[in-house]
Amino acid sequence: MNHRMVIAALALIGFFVALYLWLWKLGVLGEMACGAGGCETVQLSEYAELLGQPVALYGVIGYLSIFAVSLVGLQPRWLSSKAPSVALLVLSAMGVAFTAYLTYLEAAVIQAWCRWCIVSAVIITAIALTALAGLRRGAYSS
Amino acid sequence: MKAFYGVLGLIALVGGGAIWWASGSGSGPQFIEQPVPLDTEAFPGYVMGSDSATVEIVEYADFQCPACGHFAVLTGPDVKQRLVQTGLVRWRFRDFPLDIHDKALAAHHAAACAGEQGRFWEMHDQLFFNQGTWSRSNRPQRLFRDYATAAGAERDQFEDCMDEQRYLARIQATRNEVATLGIASTPTFDIGQLRVSSSLSYDSLKVLVDLAVEKAVQ
Repeated sequence: MNHRMVIAALALIGFFVALYLWLWKLGVLGEMACGAGGCETVQLSEYAELLGQPVALYGVIGYLSIFAVSLVGLQPRWLSSKAPSVALLVLSAMGVAFTAYLTYLEAAVIQAWCRWCIVSAVIITAIALTALAGLRRGAYSS
Repeated sequence: MKAFYGVLGLIALVGGGAIWWASGSGSGPQFIEQPVPLDTEAFPGYVMGSDSATVEIVEYADFQCPACGHFAVLTGPDVKQRLVQTGLVRWRFRDFPLDIHDKALAAHHAAACAGEQGRFWEMHDQLFFNQGTWSRSNRPQRLFRDYATAAGAERDQFEDCMDEQRYLARIQATRNEVATLGIASTPTFDIGQLRVSSSLSYDSLKVLVDLAVEKAVQ
């Protein structure tokens, strides 16, 4: 399994986490499975929306983009190309930066923790580290 | 590669299945087999609207629950103006402070003390609209006093009521009774014979009210 496969698998998991939060925000799902309820506090705060859209939607789009790039990078035509690895690092670095901002809001402003957001933060960080490791190693085929 | 795509398929299956399961648990309306008993010894709740309204909606809520606050702020004004004031719906609020919310019981008690002076609904709005402030405060009692004053309650009487914990036993009795109705989360709404456990948009609520009206006139 090369780094693009690992990233694809992590991005798919992250996609479902973000999808769950987005659908809950849209009112499609019932009570959120979140233990002590910090998820609702975070998700219903004014910071859970950006430019009129739920923050979770950006997560859905971001993870889908990473997933798509990693799958493209696994196709024979792109397997030995550096470009998909660079794209994955750029996308995941943007995700980490955005996640760091959201985590700061949870800790310092909202003062509540959303467990699903923490799961997402761990996933995007793992994706970024894997992308970085893959790029540094320089081996693009399995 | 086959194993890799197999792993992706497994993740998709588990993730999709979990979301599909979540979409069917708790959000949809369920018919209540037994009518909600209101002729009990416990306090029957605060009522807004006409006695002759076609449908009664019972809301089981927690003042510190974010989803309840979301409903009160976003949907509440429409409900009041378009359903209650038009005589279609009678609204009943029942206390259900959850143990997971550390200031909920005190907030419900503050609402009861304002209610003693006929200012429950004004205090209800104060508590929900300011939920983000008092729920994070280390001294919510001072804020409750300010909200009660803003709601129109007489300050000394409110403070006496709070100090004596005059309604604590009543709120706890209501909470225990509500738990026996099979309700475990807030907000939960009984709309005629339908029960929904989630915050609702006005449009979603109106659909359920129309269903309840149909059933009531049959």
